[in-house]
Amino acid sequence: MKQFLKTTLLVAASLWSVASFAADPTVPLDEAKIDLHDKASLQRGAQLFMNYCLGCHSMQYQRYGRTFEDLGIPDDIGMANLQFTGEKVGDLITNAMPTEAAGNWFGTAAPDLTLVSRVRGADWIYTYLRTFYVDESRPFGVNNAVFPNVGMPHVLQELQGVPRKTTEEHMVDGEMTERYVGIKTDGSGMLTPSEYDQAMLDLTNFLVYTGEPMLLQQRRMGWYVFGFLLVFTIFAWLLKREFFKDVK
Amino acid sequence: MKRLVAWIDERIPMTKTWNIHLAQYPAPKNFNFWYLFGVLAMLVLVNQILTGIWLTMNYVPSAEGAFASVEYIMRDIDYGWLLRYMHSTGASAFFVVVYLHMLRGMMYGSYQKPRELLWVFGMLIFLVLMAEAFMGYLLPWGQMSYWGAQVIISLFGAIPVIGDDLTLWIRGDYVISGATLNRFFALHVIALPLVLVILVFLHIVALHEVGSNNPEGINIKKPKGSIPEEEKPKFKFHERFTKKYDIVDAFPFFPYYVVKDLVGIGIFLFLFCYVIFFAPAMGGLFLEPPNFEAANPLKTPDHIAPVWYFTPFYAILRAVPDKLLGVILMFGSIAALFVLPWLDRGKVRSIRYRSGFHKVNLAVFVVSFVALGYLGLKPATEVYTLFARIFTFLYFAFFVLLFFYSKNENTKPVPERITK
Repeated sequence: MKQFLKTTLLVAASLWSVASFAADPTVPLDEAKIDLHDKASLQRGAQLFMNYCLGCHSMQYQRYGRTFEDLGIPDDIGMANLQFTGEKVGDLITNAMPTEAAGNWFGTAAPDLTLVSRVRGADWIYTYLRTFYVDESRPFGVNNAVFPNVGMPHVLQELQGVPRKTTEEHMVDGEMTERYVGIKTDGSGMLTPSEYDQAMLDLTNFLVYTGEPMLLQQRRMGWYVFGFLLVFTIFAWLLKREFFKDVK
Repeated sequence: MKRLVAWIDERIPMTKTWNIHLAQYPAPKNFNFWYLFGVLAMLVLVNQILTGIWLTMNYVPSAEGAFASVEYIMRDIDYGWLLRYMHSTGASAFFVVVYLHMLRGMMYGSYQKPRELLWVFGMLIFLVLMAEAFMGYLLPWGQMSYWGAQVIISLFGAIPVIGDDLTLWIRGDYVISGATLNRFFALHVIALPLVLVILVFLHIVALHEVGSNNPEGINIKKPKGSIPEEEKPKFKFHERFTKKYDIVDAFPFFPYYVVKDLVGIGIFLFLFCYVIFFAPAMGGLFLEPPNFEAANPLKTPDHIAPVWYFTPFYAILRAVPDKLLGVILMFGSIAALFVLPWLDRGKVRSIRYRSGFHKVNLAVFVVSFVALGYLGLKPATEVYTLFARIFTFLYFAFFVLLFFYSKNENTKPVPERITK
């Protein structure tokens, strides 16, 4: 048995080096330091979403009422200020964009964003929202560093200003190649670069929340379950010890 | 109470069944950690059935409604997310415990005579479990559900002559569609669980007929009259076991192994609940990120990977350049396990008393299986494919080598009795 384990580990260890291949040559993602407990941030994110995103992107699995409740927004205030598409507080957050027409307008239908954080991850969203840049060759005049040739216009340009891609020349295998460095705006936006980053963090935070609205409740419950299991396992072990006195 | 029990016992064999299978069932005294996974598999099965029943109450089996109904369960049903995560985590946990349970059988020779049928029933359970998991994964109707099923079903198209008609028959349509979803739903919630439960019943009937093996691989049933009275265990075993044999080095399954298993269950539940409450997607292994996007027949994902428990077999499939041959090897890798009791011609069961060569062979097999599982998750690049071929070769080499060396293996002498 021991020898078996030893051989297994040895063979496994000698093959471990195999595991370190695949590399993705895409833009590095910035870490989104979000905090689901920060209700002010979530509220600002919701505000951004309802004003800038919902026109095209629905959130068809999430309800207004649940969102207001979880974000600490009283229903009447929420209904008056954050609700443009529903009628009742229990309605799902949908919009009037016809899918087929959207396909014609943008080349592809605008995806529903309820679960986008579970598909892409918070870091991706945070980086994506901050890496639009001017590219005259595209239909809407902008492109995106993490989502090349994206069909979406830069709807947040009035906040960010006009973003331009900065690159540096780099020698690779004896050839000069352009390497992506970052995005710089011309400062014409309503927000400063750091304010814009914070706003995008809020929006990311909100999208992470809608991806898993149960997340905080889920984790809290997890600790209670661990507490129960600890007690259960201790008593089970004591019971086992008591019974096994017979057979030792 | 006594009269009630007597009344029932006159009508069905309640007490007798309890005694034969639990209170007076002789279990070898040296069960170790590896003997937990059978009971854990049963625990997970019960979990799957119970959570499955409640999920069915709100799930909508149609191409239009399936994805939204899962999100409805996750958001609008009280504790719906808990039911769903228990079920999705249970699926992966099932394979974890079943793989370890099978490895236990391989280490201690639990498939050898007289337990061949026990092993075959176990393998049938494994096969049905794979079908059950595959069909269940289509039901959330996400991108991976859809395209994973598309890839796997198209494999049957590699079969000559009948291939195309067969895939059409399985799907009920020319592509995966609502028709496929509905039939998979029916099979997933009724047909396969029923078969699974019956097979588990037969697995246990077979086990209790021949008796449990143990880490030493030593038989605890000795010829009648060969054991002096003072060496026999002080416990009462059912006469079904003691009529023909003297039982040694054993104690009753209930209460001893039941309370021991409770501790194991507690520890298992810690891990299980960690995943449920803190990492239900398990970094994309248990719930794949693209599956949070509704199925779209017009948009193929960049990289289609089955869920982790299928990847060893998927890697074998991809390792072969020819599709038909790949399919044959993939099914062959499972078929080889089926006939393991007849490939292993050794007389010594436990790895503890088998040759060093066997130990290395089994270790290489385990590593190959895990490595194939890893490679199956990755895109098929040139390097990965090369490694997948090497490990596929090693996987099958285990069975071929075993067949040849096991007949005249250089084993250690096996003690008469369990001493540890």
